[in-house]
Amino acid sequence: MEAAHAHHGHQGHDDHAHGHPTGIMRWIKSTNHKDIGTMYLWFSFTMFIVGGIMALIIRSELFQPGLQIVQPDFFNSMITYHGLIMVFGAIMPAFVGFANWLIPMQIGAPDMAFPRMNNLSFWLLPPAALLLIGAQFMPGGGAGVGWTMYAPLSTQAGPAMDLTIFAIHILGISSIMGSINIITTVLNMRAPGMTLMKMPLFCWTWLITAYLLVAVMPVLAGAVTMTLTDRHFGTHFFNAAGGGDPVLYQHIFWFFGHPEVYIIAIPAFGVVSQVIPAFSRKPLFGYASMVYATASIAILSFMVWAHHMYTAGMPVEAQLYFMYATALIAVPTGVKVFNWVATMWRGSLTFETPMLFALGFLFLFTLGGFTGLVLAIVPVDVQLHDTYYVVAHFHYVMVAGALFSAFAGIYFWLPKWTGRMYNETLGKLHFWLSLIFFNVAFFVQHFLGLAGMPRRIPDYALQFAEFNAISTIGAWGFGLSQLLFLYIVIQCIRGGEKAPEKPWEGADSLEWTHLPTPAPWHSFETPPVLK
Amino acid sequence: MGIKGIKGFGAALALFFWSAAAWAEYKLNLQTPHTRLGEEIYNLHTIITVICFVIFIGVFGFMFYAVFKHRKSVGHKAAQFHENTAVEVTWTLIPFVILIALAVPATGTLIAMRDTTEPDMTIKATGYQWKWGYDYLKGEGEGISFYSTLSTPRAQIDGSDVAGRKANPNYLLETDTHVVVPVGKKIRVLVTAADVIHAWYVPSLAVKQDAVPGFIRDAWFRAEKTGIFRGQCAELCGKDHGFMPIVVEVVEPAQYTAWVNSQQKKAAAEKVDPDKAWTMEDLKAHGEKIYAQNCVACHQATGMGVPGAFPALSGSKMATGPKEDQVKLVLNGKQGTAMNAFKHLSDVDLAAVVTYTRNSWNNKTGDMVAPADVKALR
Repeated sequence: MEAAHAHHGHQGHDDHAHGHPTGIMRWIKSTNHKDIGTMYLWFSFTMFIVGGIMALIIRSELFQPGLQIVQPDFFNSMITYHGLIMVFGAIMPAFVGFANWLIPMQIGAPDMAFPRMNNLSFWLLPPAALLLIGAQFMPGGGAGVGWTMYAPLSTQAGPAMDLTIFAIHILGISSIMGSINIITTVLNMRAPGMTLMKMPLFCWTWLITAYLLVAVMPVLAGAVTMTLTDRHFGTHFFNAAGGGDPVLYQHIFWFFGHPEVYIIAIPAFGVVSQVIPAFSRKPLFGYASMVYATASIAILSFMVWAHHMYTAGMPVEAQLYFMYATALIAVPTGVKVFNWVATMWRGSLTFETPMLFALGFLFLFTLGGFTGLVLAIVPVDVQLHDTYYVVAHFHYVMVAGALFSAFAGIYFWLPKWTGRMYNETLGKLHFWLSLIFFNVAFFVQHFLGLAGMPRRIPDYALQFAEFNAISTIGAWGFGLSQLLFLYIVIQCIRGGEKAPEKPWEGADSLEWTHLPTPAPWHSFETPPVLK
Repeated sequence: MGIKGIKGFGAALALFFWSAAAWAEYKLNLQTPHTRLGEEIYNLHTIITVICFVIFIGVFGFMFYAVFKHRKSVGHKAAQFHENTAVEVTWTLIPFVILIALAVPATGTLIAMRDTTEPDMTIKATGYQWKWGYDYLKGEGEGISFYSTLSTPRAQIDGSDVAGRKANPNYLLETDTHVVVPVGKKIRVLVTAADVIHAWYVPSLAVKQDAVPGFIRDAWFRAEKTGIFRGQCAELCGKDHGFMPIVVEVVEPAQYTAWVNSQQKKAAAEKVDPDKAWTMEDLKAHGEKIYAQNCVACHQATGMGVPGAFPALSGSKMATGPKEDQVKLVLNGKQGTAMNAFKHLSDVDLAAVVTYTRNSWNNKTGDMVAPADVKALR
């Protein structure tokens, strides 16, 4: 290590000090935050493709009225595993991948606090993914219960449900370990002078997200464990005949489920808060209020869970409370949007691919936020709950929100990670294709929901036919556009032009200002000197 | 993609909104409400959407102004301001005020929606996998009870009769029996379920209420005009979730009275004499009907079930073994599977359906289960 210090910044020079394995063992045994981050990102993309294929099966069946391609049981299985795989397999691991890559670099640390635990948190994911995919091949097929797995439908499901429950347990353990790692790293491993309120906003958002994860993943584990014991060990948590209550499951699930929405959204806020200032060549507007707004959103997210269950039956007083509390989230969320726009105001803007995706995020996520406000109003929600309006709403938040922000982050940091530039023209093409097809696929679903089309149905009445056909075309276009993304990334890694030391003029966090491009194997072996 | 591309996109967007007017035949909004509360909800939705749209235009007006005027390519130099307490406080408070303004009408409507007191009539709707059962509990028509099952022919769904589907304006939204109610009366609907959670949803009457097994929830509506209003189950409830519609027929009071009379006559005519001596043939024939209403969705008309998901009855141990076991299974269901308890069916119905399954397809037990046998095992 002493020798390596002398050569700080030369990639690979410290290899002999560790003698780290090469080939496949490099990945299996890796304790390096960058290798693990890379694995998280590739795992996430693989799951994104698997979940995407399921989405295309769903949309293809819905292209026309009638049952053409799949039978209802299989359709229900697809909606279930599309949801679970996208949420737990694609989006969450993508942002953990970002956290691994970036947090040590942004706070001036050499690596994550617990490198071996980091390895384990990643390697728990593939078995969980295999369980989710393997569930399709159980007798009776996958469990057609929806990603929310409401009891008693879930207690009635076939053995695939047990695999699903086990997968969720494993994913939960992985998330909790990853979160503890992130919290410890951020709180203990900052370089001298890197006070909490000087951290890049991305680190702040992950610190807050990690606390959310530690708080709610055990709640989900509890809910699915109760389902498991109801299924096999004669308990009656969710069975009214035995003194239980099916709605109890929903309360527990959504006490996890609503913070989960922000577990996905908050790191996305973090990425966008790095990208927009960089391409505006102007510091982030209202840094402190951004931190406070993020924390407020996180705290409020624990207090609004029952807005997912307005029609499940609860006292009118409870409905009123949850309506007011939910609407309140619009305030800190609005502050964030205003701050991003104010950051751009009187900046010096350029529109490389990361900025385009960040602006796509800003525009469409806000739209998803507004439909969220519409859904928060109980009387209106009673009309729209469990219709395609809700499907449109959360895809604006999850896809145009989280996924677009992840794309922005990939394009933004790819030069730093690989030392090579991606093809800017193709990147912009990827953005415009994604933006247009996303809206073709999902904007029309608002109309379907308003007209009363329930979600999770494999066949529909004829008045819904036109918009469903449009939506299916959009979904295929969006899906195929993502192959272009894969091509761009591989082309960048294999033979992209060499990236300049600082490809983005306005980027100002430590990984850009204090580290060479590409970033060295160990980020900071000596703490950076901060002004 | 330069400024040209963005302008092109803007033009496309403008075209989209302009052509929206030409889309009159496309449904772009909530269904036309036929209750006063439905109208309130409709207006509430419009107000919120308009407010959101105005804010959206405002915020992104600023953003797009910056996108066009504050770009590096037109030589704009970046300012370095990054704080302004007054502005930040203002844009925290203004949304707050708007939200309070929204909450007031929403609260009024919600409280009215939940007031199910003093109904003129009470109907219980029970969700089954996968049909609805209705019991008229109070008010004119008390005692009427029936099931309501999808009446769209299977051939239209599976694609063997595409022409029929295209010609069917109520594809998937039609049932064999309608929930008939008088116009202008406050109808309270008690909603529950027998197996898993369903939801009773009729958009044009502005009612959606989850049907939770073991619990009773309620909702109400007062239809302002006569007509046929269609809805669907809105909560995922398994295989045929998409195939259990709801049809409410609102009629003039005189017509309603006539319907009640006809239903009561029909019920009297159909009333089966409990002491009737059943023959094997009669039981099998009646059982086939019951099977088609209750069993066919899973076990299939062929009795072969769906491999892996739903067991076959033809040749099964259960349907060829001791008949007492089969009666018990049908009465009580099997915990942890989709086989629900069918206690709600009458002794005659259960005896008939068990007899039918024991003497159909490859099953030739020759057993006859009498209604009294079922009664003894209840």
